[in-house]
Amino acid sequence: MRVDLRQIHKSFGPVHANDGISLTIPAGSIQGILGENGAGKSTLMKILSGFQKADSGEIWLDDRLAQIDSPQDTGRLGIGMLHQDPLDVPPMRVIDNFLLGKDGGLRPRRGQARAALSDLSLRFGFSLDPDAYVEALTVGERQQLELLRLLWLGARVLILDEPTTGISALQKEALFASLRKVSEEGRTIIFVSHKLEEVESLCHRVAVLRRGRLVGEAVPPYSTDRLVGMMFGRVISLGSRLETPPGERVLELDDVIVEDRRMTVGPVSLHVARQEVIGLAGMEGSGQQLLLRACAGLIRPVHGRIRLAGENVLGRSYHGFLQRGVGFMPAARLEEGLIPGLDLTEHFALTQPPSGVMIQREAAQSRAGTQIDAFHIKGTPQSPVEDLSGGNQQRTLLALLRDNLALLLLEHPTRGLDIESVVWIWDKLKERCRQGTAIIFVSSDLDEVRHYSDRIHVFFGGRVSPSLPARSTTVDELGQLIGGKGWPEGAP
Amino acid sequence: MRPGVGVSGVALRLGAVLLALLFTTGILLVAGAPPLEAYRQIVVGSLGSVKKITDVLVAWVPLVLATSGLLVTFAAGLWNIGIEGQITLGAIFTTGALRLTMDSGLPPAVAIAAGLLAGILGGALWALLAGLLKAYGGVNEIFGGLGLNFVAVALSVWLIFGPWGRPGVASMSGTEPFPDSLSLPALAGLRLSPWAVLLAVGGFALVFFLLQGTYFGLRLKAVGKNPRAAFVLGIPTVRYMLLAFVLCGGLGGAAGAVQVTAVYHRLIPAISSGYGYLGLMVAMLVNYQPTWMPLVAFFFAALNIGSIQLPIVLKLDSSLAGVLQGALVLFVLGMEGVRRRLRRPRVRVGE
Repeated sequence: MRVDLRQIHKSFGPVHANDGISLTIPAGSIQGILGENGAGKSTLMKILSGFQKADSGEIWLDDRLAQIDSPQDTGRLGIGMLHQDPLDVPPMRVIDNFLLGKDGGLRPRRGQARAALSDLSLRFGFSLDPDAYVEALTVGERQQLELLRLLWLGARVLILDEPTTGISALQKEALFASLRKVSEEGRTIIFVSHKLEEVESLCHRVAVLRRGRLVGEAVPPYSTDRLVGMMFGRVISLGSRLETPPGERVLELDDVIVEDRRMTVGPVSLHVARQEVIGLAGMEGSGQQLLLRACAGLIRPVHGRIRLAGENVLGRSYHGFLQRGVGFMPAARLEEGLIPGLDLTEHFALTQPPSGVMIQREAAQSRAGTQIDAFHIKGTPQSPVEDLSGGNQQRTLLALLRDNLALLLLEHPTRGLDIESVVWIWDKLKERCRQGTAIIFVSSDLDEVRHYSDRIHVFFGGRVSPSLPARSTTVDELGQLIGGKGWPEGAP
Repeated sequence: MRPGVGVSGVALRLGAVLLALLFTTGILLVAGAPPLEAYRQIVVGSLGSVKKITDVLVAWVPLVLATSGLLVTFAAGLWNIGIEGQITLGAIFTTGALRLTMDSGLPPAVAIAAGLLAGILGGALWALLAGLLKAYGGVNEIFGGLGLNFVAVALSVWLIFGPWGRPGVASMSGTEPFPDSLSLPALAGLRLSPWAVLLAVGGFALVFFLLQGTYFGLRLKAVGKNPRAAFVLGIPTVRYMLLAFVLCGGLGGAAGAVQVTAVYHRLIPAISSGYGYLGLMVAMLVNYQPTWMPLVAFFFAALNIGSIQLPIVLKLDSSLAGVLQGALVLFVLGMEGVRRRLRRPRVRVGE
C-alpha cells in the first residue's frame, strides 16, 4: 500500500512537533525515518497510526483520502504499529495476546490462531511458545509476537518505532530478515530509528527529520556523513573512557550464583574499584540484569558472597544497600523508575534526603529547575513525568540519582537517546567517576560498552566471561562471545 | 500541583448533580411519590431547625473521621473496604475500656479519654490485620477487609448477647447503657457533643496536613501510584502501606468510639451505621482530595438525617437518601469519564 502524507502539522502548546511534513512512501518499500530525539518522528508515526490527531494535513492510502480518528480506524485500513514499548498484556499467555484485537464472535478461535501463529513463526524463523506467559519473554520476543500479530490481523503498512532498542544483536538480525521478507510481499514498512547503521543496512529509502521538519531524503548508496549532517547539522562521535588508575575495591562478588525462574547465572567473581567502569555485555536476557540486580540487593544470590567496601552485605535488604551508597537505575522507566501522576518537583522532593517533616517545596522546585537545565530535560518542574518523551524520562532518571554514590548500577543508561545525548550523559557519568564513584552498567549497545568501560564481562545464557580489558578486546572477540562462540567447553 | 478542575469541570459536576436529581426524581415518580415534596421534606428534615442541623452534625462527625482515614489509604493506593469493621472494633474497644474503668473510681474525664484511645487502638489493630494479610499473606485488602467486616459484626453481636449482655434480657438493643457521666458532654438539650466535632475537625486537619505538605504524604502517594518504582527509589513500601492502614483504622476506630461515647452510649449491633461505606462514596465523590471533603460529607449526612422523616410523612422508605447518594457518585464518576474524553490530548513535552 502506498502511503502519502501531505502537509502534516501538529503542535503541542508552543512546540511545533510536525511542521508541514509531506512524504510519499511507495508500496513494498522499507522507508527509514531518521532523526534525533524530539525531531518529531514519534509524533508523525502516532498520527499515521491514529493515536494522535494532526492539527491539519491529509493522509492518502493508495490514492484514497484516509479518515483516521483512532487506532481502530488504522487497523481497518491495514496500518499496524509496533510500539517502542510493546503493548502486550504481560500476565496473559502468548496465544491469548496473539488473539487480542481479532474480531470474531464471543469464543476466540484458539485452534485457528494457534495454527496461524506457528505458521507465521516458522515463516520468519521465530521460536515462540504459544503457552508461555508474556511476562517471561524478552523484549525481543515480545516484539516478534507483536509483529506476527499485526501481520495476522492483515496489516499492509507496518510502522516500527525504534524497534531495536532493548533487543539482542541476534534478535535484530532475525527482525531485519523478517522485515525484508514482509516488504517483498508488497507490504510497506516504516522504520523509525536514530541509529544510522540500521537504517543504512535495512532501508530502501530514508527521510530525515529535524525539529519537526523534513530536512531531506536519501536512497542507497547512503553517505553517512550526509545523513549525520542532516540529522544534527554536524558530525560527532562517541567519547571515550576515563582511563584513571583504579582505587580501592568498592564491590566484590565471590562465586556468586543468581537464579530466577528462567535461568541460573554464574558462578561469577568480579570486583569494581573506585573510579572504575565495568560494562556487562550480552544479548538481552543473558543474565546480566539479574547479576546487576543482585549487586543492588534487589535479588538475593543463592550462593556466594557480596561485599561492599569490605563489609559482607549478603542478605541485606535493598534499602540496606542504598544506605551504603549504592544507586540503582532501572531500565523500565515508567514501571520501576518514575511515578506516573507525580510531577518532576515531587520526584526531586522524594529522592532528596528530607529535611524535617514538611516538604521544602521551594527547595525541591529549585533543585528540579537546576537539574532540568543541567540534564536538558524538555519539561518544567510542574510536568508530570508521564507527559515527558521517552528520552526525557531517561534524562530525568539520571538526574534523580543522588550525588556522591559509592557504586552506581545502571540498566541501559542511554537507551532511546540520540548520539549527542549519549556522549553528554557519559560526560556526566565520568564526572561522577572522577569524584570516586564506581559504575557497573548493562547495555545492549556494544559500541557503548566498548567505549566507556574499563573492563567488560560478557554474558551468554547465564555464563559469565572473566573480565576483559576494554582497550585490548576487539569488536570481533566480543561479538563472538556474545553470540556464544569461544566459550570453554562444558558446563561451568 | 496539577491545575485543578477547570470551568468545564465545574459545569460537568453540576451536570452530574442535576442528572442524579433527575434520576432520583424518576424513581420517585415510578414509586408514585411526589418528588418535590420528598425533597422539601429532606431539606426541612435536615436544615429546618438548629436541632436538625446539630443532628446532621452528629452524623457528620463519624463520617468525616472515617472518610479522613480513607483518604490516607486511597493515597497509598489501597481500597480499605474494611473500614466498617475498623469502626466496629473501635466501638468494641471503647465499650470494653469504659466497662473496665466504669467501676474503678477513675475520674470520668480520664475514663472517657481512655475509651477514646482504646477505640482508636482497636480500629488501628483491625486495620493492621488487613494490612498484614495483604503484605505478607497476599490477600487483597478488599477481600481481607470484607472478611474482617463480617468477623467484626459477629464479634459485636456475640458480645452483646454473650459476655456483655444486659442482665436477664440480652437483646438487639445493645449492651446496658453507660451512665451519663461516661458520655462526651453534649450541648444542652441537644444530641451534639462539641468534643466530638472537635475530634472530627482534628482528624481531618491531621490528614489534610499529612497529605498536602509532608514528606510522609508524598511518599504515601508515591507508593500509591507506583509501588514498584517507589521501592526502587528507596521508599520502604510495606512500612508505608501498613502505616496507611493503621492511620485509617485509627480514624475509623475514633468514629466507632464517638458512636459509643456520644451517640448510643452503649454498644449496639451495626454500630458503624454504614458510615464506612458512605465514607468510601464521599471519598470517590471528592476525587480522593481532602479540600472539599468536609462539605460533601455534610451534604451526605444531611441527606441521611433529612430522609428520616420520609416514612412518617410520605410513607416512603428512608433509603431514598441512599439512592440519591449512590446516583450522585455514579453520575459524578461517569461525568469524570466524559470530561477525560472531551479534554484535548495532553501536552507531551519534547516530542
